[in-house]
Amino acid sequence: MIASVIASLRPDRQADRVVPPSGHTAWLTVFTAAAMTFLAVFALALSLASGRLAERWGGALANTATVRISAPPDQMELQTAAVLRVLETTPGIASARALTDDEQKALLAPWFGPDLPVEALPLPRLVEVVEGPDGYDGEGLRQRLAAEAPGAVLDDHTRWRRPLAVAASRLNLLGGLAIVLIGAAMAAMITLAANAALAANAQVIRVLRVVGARDDYIAAAFVRRFTLRTLAGSAAGAVLGLVGVALLPSVDEAGGFLTGLGFQGAGWLLPLLLPPVAAGVALIATRAAAFRTLRELP
Amino acid sequence: MIAFDNVAYNYGGGELLSDISLRLAPGSFHFLTGPSGAGKSTFLKLAYAELLPTAGRVTIFDRDVRGLTRDDVALVRRRIGVVHQDVQFLDHLPLAANVSLPLMVSGKAGDPRDMTDLLQWVGLGQLADALPPQLSGGERQRAALARAVIMGPDVILADEPTGNLDWEMSLRLLTLLVELNKMGKTILVATHDLNLIRTAKNQVAARVLRIRNRRIQLAGADL
Repeated sequence: MIASVIASLRPDRQADRVVPPSGHTAWLTVFTAAAMTFLAVFALALSLASGRLAERWGGALANTATVRISAPPDQMELQTAAVLRVLETTPGIASARALTDDEQKALLAPWFGPDLPVEALPLPRLVEVVEGPDGYDGEGLRQRLAAEAPGAVLDDHTRWRRPLAVAASRLNLLGGLAIVLIGAAMAAMITLAANAALAANAQVIRVLRVVGARDDYIAAAFVRRFTLRTLAGSAAGAVLGLVGVALLPSVDEAGGFLTGLGFQGAGWLLPLLLPPVAAGVALIATRAAAFRTLRELP
Repeated sequence: MIAFDNVAYNYGGGELLSDISLRLAPGSFHFLTGPSGAGKSTFLKLAYAELLPTAGRVTIFDRDVRGLTRDDVALVRRRIGVVHQDVQFLDHLPLAANVSLPLMVSGKAGDPRDMTDLLQWVGLGQLADALPPQLSGGERQRAALARAVIMGPDVILADEPTGNLDWEMSLRLLTLLVELNKMGKTILVATHDLNLIRTAKNQVAARVLRIRNRRIQLAGADL
């Protein structure tokens, strides 16, 4: 079987001549392969970007927590000091520090502008907590904070992190699923094109059978042609897709999720795997269609 | 070569051929005649394994056709040259490539000089580069004969080969078939052209078979 498949790909100029060179299935196959690979490149970029995003969000938020202290101005310093003491003595916490006014101002600047008079507003004090490698007992810490500093609330980011990570991993999954669906759609379209070509060349096949051609020989003539057309179309689609991804705005220009939609490092080479995979899909689809048709002939 | 033992063939619910027993000996020349629809083409299709008998046994080169795989059938057909009335070619290939098709599909390299000789033998030496749609009916039949013999087959089966030809062209084709028989090839020609059969009997010791009432019989003096 495998030897037969490999043999069907071996160039044979004589055998290639028996199938008429033109027909609407020729451009249909090339166009389908190009369009599907173009889409697959974007699906691949989406999948890889969402994977990176899930990792980044998870990594950035997983090891940090925030203690928010809301207290009257005359008690703010006392409660902040109490919170820091509690945190210093809590096992599993690597470090803790209160954000300065400038840092808090910087956090709020995107919403209120750079001239916000932080000191004039009753803003809560934020304490950044960095978790140690062994983690800490969140519930125990909450109870201790409640006892030492009644205005302190521990936010371990769980309620933010979980939906973000889930969303990113779902996007990653959807990207992979899109690639599989694109591959299946391409196989279906190439099968249809191959069936159309086989039907259009029924006379050719009958003549070849009468003069003693084996099924392998006849199938190979069609398989080779469809595989090479798919490879060519898919290569063109991959190149166009890569150009399209490269032309997306960079992170520096705009920021946000969409600007991360691209490839990084060796990831740029991954779309180059799509044409051989597409050619493999075409080979299997055309071979199955050809043998199905041939079996119906005497 | 080819043997039928009590062969029957049902087609569309009815029995087209029944209790057919026949042996085509090496080097023999047979005509098969009978009215249209009698089953001549079906008989030929059974003889080159395009159809399988519904009863009885057909053996080709000592092998039961029922035991042949599709690859075996292909190999058997390389030893049998077939000429149809409505011969089909690959219309996008020139005549020389069409005639050498059996060599091409069997992976054999043909000698260009042999091809030239063959085309000249069938009177198509000047048309080697012509495309099949450019050929007349007689030229197509002769091209089909050239294609049928290029592999040096043991048997040549012709199904109404002169059906679309005028008398002069029919005689020319018949002469070629007789020459092949004299070279030792086994020939079976299905035809309803009794004049052709009578003419052939003056040139070669041919047996004439007739299909009547689904059975095959040796034709006698009433021919």
